Amino acid sequence: MLGYLVRRILIMVPTLIAISIVIFVIIHLPPGDYFTTYIAQLQSQGEGANLAKIAFLKAQYGFDLPLWQQYLYWAGGLLRGDMGYSFAYDLPVTKVVGDRLFLTFLVSFTTIVFTYVVAFPIGVYSATHQYSLSDYLLTFLGFLGLATPSFLFALVLVYLAHVWFGISVGGLMDPQYVGKPWSWAKAWSVFAHLWIPVIVIGTAGTASMIRRLRANLLDELQKQYVVTARAKGLHPLKALFKYPLRMALNPFVSDIGSLLPHVISGAAIVSVVMSLPTTGPMLLDALRSQDMYLAGSFLMFMAFLTVIGVFLSDIALAALDPRIRLQAGRQQ
Amino acid sequence: MSELDLQSGERLPHYVSPAPFDPYSVEAMTPAQERFYRASQWQMIWWRLRRHRVAVAAGMVLLALYVMILFCEVLAPYGLDSRNSDFIYAPPQSVHFVERGRLVAPFVYAYNYRLDMTNLRRVYTPDETRPQPIRFFCHGDGYRFWGLFPGDFHLVCPPAGGQLFLLGTDRLGRDMLSRIIYGARISLTVGLIGVAVSFTLGILIGGIAGYYGGWTDILIQRGIEVVQSFPHLPLWMALSAILPVTWSPLLVYFGITIILGMIEWTHLARAVRSKLLSLREEDFCTAAVLMGATPARIIGRHLLPSFMSHLIASATLVVPSMILGETALSFLGLGLRPPITSWGVLLNEAQNISVVALYPWLMLPVVPVIVTVLAFNFFGDGLRDAADPYH
Repeated sequence: MLGYLVRRILIMVPTLIAISIVIFVIIHLPPGDYFTTYIAQLQSQGEGANLAKIAFLKAQYGFDLPLWQQYLYWAGGLLRGDMGYSFAYDLPVTKVVGDRLFLTFLVSFTTIVFTYVVAFPIGVYSATHQYSLSDYLLTFLGFLGLATPSFLFALVLVYLAHVWFGISVGGLMDPQYVGKPWSWAKAWSVFAHLWIPVIVIGTAGTASMIRRLRANLLDELQKQYVVTARAKGLHPLKALFKYPLRMALNPFVSDIGSLLPHVISGAAIVSVVMSLPTTGPMLLDALRSQDMYLAGSFLMFMAFLTVIGVFLSDIALAALDPRIRLQAGRQQ
Repeated sequence: MSELDLQSGERLPHYVSPAPFDPYSVEAMTPAQERFYRASQWQMIWWRLRRHRVAVAAGMVLLALYVMILFCEVLAPYGLDSRNSDFIYAPPQSVHFVERGRLVAPFVYAYNYRLDMTNLRRVYTPDETRPQPIRFFCHGDGYRFWGLFPGDFHLVCPPAGGQLFLLGTDRLGRDMLSRIIYGARISLTVGLIGVAVSFTLGILIGGIAGYYGGWTDILIQRGIEVVQSFPHLPLWMALSAILPVTWSPLLVYFGITIILGMIEWTHLARAVRSKLLSLREEDFCTAAVLMGATPARIIGRHLLPSFMSHLIASATLVVPSMILGETALSFLGLGLRPPITSWGVLLNEAQNISVVALYPWLMLPVVPVIVTVLAFNFFGDGLRDAADPYH
C-alpha cells in the first residue's frame, strides 16, 4: 500500500507541472496583455494612464523577461501561495479571491455527496427492478437530466424557488452576511442556499452514476455465485448486499475521476447564472478582461481540485480492492 | 440391377453411380442461409441495429433533423433576421381549426396590441373577430437559398396582412420558430465538425500510442491524463477567450468547433489505444509484419477497419457533449456571436430570471437541444451494442 501511495504521488507531480505549463501557455496566447487593453481603454476615454505604476508592475511581474522565466516566476509564486497580481482589481489575487476558493470547494464537495446519496439507492432499485415501469421512468428521467443544459435548469429552478418558496436565491447566502466573518448564522444561511446549485450541478452526474451503477450491478447479479446463493435460500437482501453490491461499488469510487471535472465545469456555468460567489463568474470576468494571473490561478485551482480528487479516489479504490494495490506492486 | 437376385452372404457387385458427384453438397446452403452466414460485418451491424427499436427511432429523428437543415429557408416561415417592430416580445400564437363549430383550414387570431401603462408591459390579446387563415406553399420573405440562389418560396407563410408567430418573438420582433430552424444549421454541424477533428486526433494519437507501446505509450497516456484532468468548460472558456475579436463570425465558428474537438479527442484516443493493444497481438497482424508492411499500412489497412464500428459508435456518443458545450459557451457569450445564430446564441437572450417570468418562450430553443442530445445518446447506445456483431 505504501509503495502504491508513493508511486501515485510521484505521478501526480509531473501531471501538475504539465497542467501549469498548459495553463500558462493559454493565458499568454491572446495577443497583447492586460496593460495594452488597459492603456488603450484609458486613452479612448481621454485620460492619461499612470505609466510609472504600470512600468513598476510590469517590472515587478517580469513582463519584459522571456516567457520561460515568466513561467518560473509564476509557478514559483504558486508554490509559495502567491498567486500573482490581479490588474483589474488592483489587488493581489489572494485578496481578490477571498472566500471564493473555499466556497467552490464547498459547492463541489456537497454536490458529490449529493450525487452519491441520490444515485446509490436509485441505482440499486433500478437494477433489482429491471424493466419494471419505475425502472423505465427513472432511466428516462436520467437521460433527461443528462440532456438538459444545466444553466437553463438553474434559471427555471431559481424562478420556481422564488415563486413557490419566496426565497431570494441569487448568491450563496443572505445579503447581510456577505463580507462578514464566518459565524454559525452565516454557515446556516449558506447551507440554506446551497441546495439549488447542488441539485442543478449534481443532476447530470447523478444520472450517469445511476446508469453505471445499474449496469454494473446487473452484470454482477447474473453471475453464478448469486444464483447459487439464491438457490440455497439465502435471504434476498443478503444475497444482494453481501457480495454483488460490494463488487458493483468499485466503479462507484473510481468514477470520482470522471465526475469531478464535470462537477467543476457545471459549477462554473451554474454559478455564473445564479451569481454565486464562487470561482465561475470571476473566471469569466477575468477571461474577458485578460486579467491573466487571476484567470490562471482559477484554472490552476480547478485543475488542482480535480487532480487531488482523482488521487483520493485512487487511494480509496486501492484500499477497497486488493487486486489494484497488488497489481501496482507487481509492475514495479 | 433388378435382375440380380441377392442371396444372403453373397458379395455385392461393384457399383458407381453415373450421376455427377458434388463433394460439397452437405455444406450447400439455401440462398437465405447463404445471405445470413456470408453477410459482411456492416450488414450484420445493420441487422442488429434494426432490432433496437429506440435506436432506430432516435436515428430517424436525427435523419429528419439533418435533412431539415438542408431546407431551412423553405421550412422557416420568416427570414432569419426579419424584424417585426410592431410585435416585440409577442407570445406564441395558437393554431385553431374550429371556427364557430365548423372545421376549417388552420388559422390564427390576429393580435391586438396595447401598452399596459402601469408596468409598461406590452400586452398582446388574440382578437377572436379576426381569424386569419395560414397560407401554405406560398411566397413570403425573400432569401438566398444556401446563400446562393434567390427565392421566396416557403412551406408555411404568415396570413396575408397578418402575422404567424407559433413560438413568439424576441426583443427585436423576430420570429422564434424561424430562428430556431436556422439555428439548427449551426448547432447540428458544430458537433459534426468537432467530432471530425477529435476523430482525426484520437485515431492519430491513440494509434501511435497503441501501436508502438512502451515509452511512447506512457508519455501519451500521461498527456491524456493531463488533458482529462482539466474541467472541460473552464478550459473551453479560456480557449475561446483567446479567439481574436477581429475574427469574422465564420472564422469564430470554425475556431469554436476546433476548440471543442481539441479537448474531446481523449476518449477516442483511449478507445483506439486499448483496441490496438489487443489487436496487434493477433495472427493477422504478425503476418502483415512478416510480409514487410509498414506501420502506417498495418494500422490503416488491417487494424483500423477491424474496430471502425466501435469508433463510430463512440464518436456518436461524443457529439452530444459538443452540442451542449457549444450551447453553454454561446450562452455565456464566449462562443458564437450574432449574426451567426445557433441554439446557444438564441438562449443567450434568456439569461436572467425576468425572462423566465415574463417571456418564457425565449427558452424554447432548449427543446431542440434536449431532443438532439437525447437522440444522439439513444442512437449511440444502440450503435454501440450493435457494433460488435460477432459477439
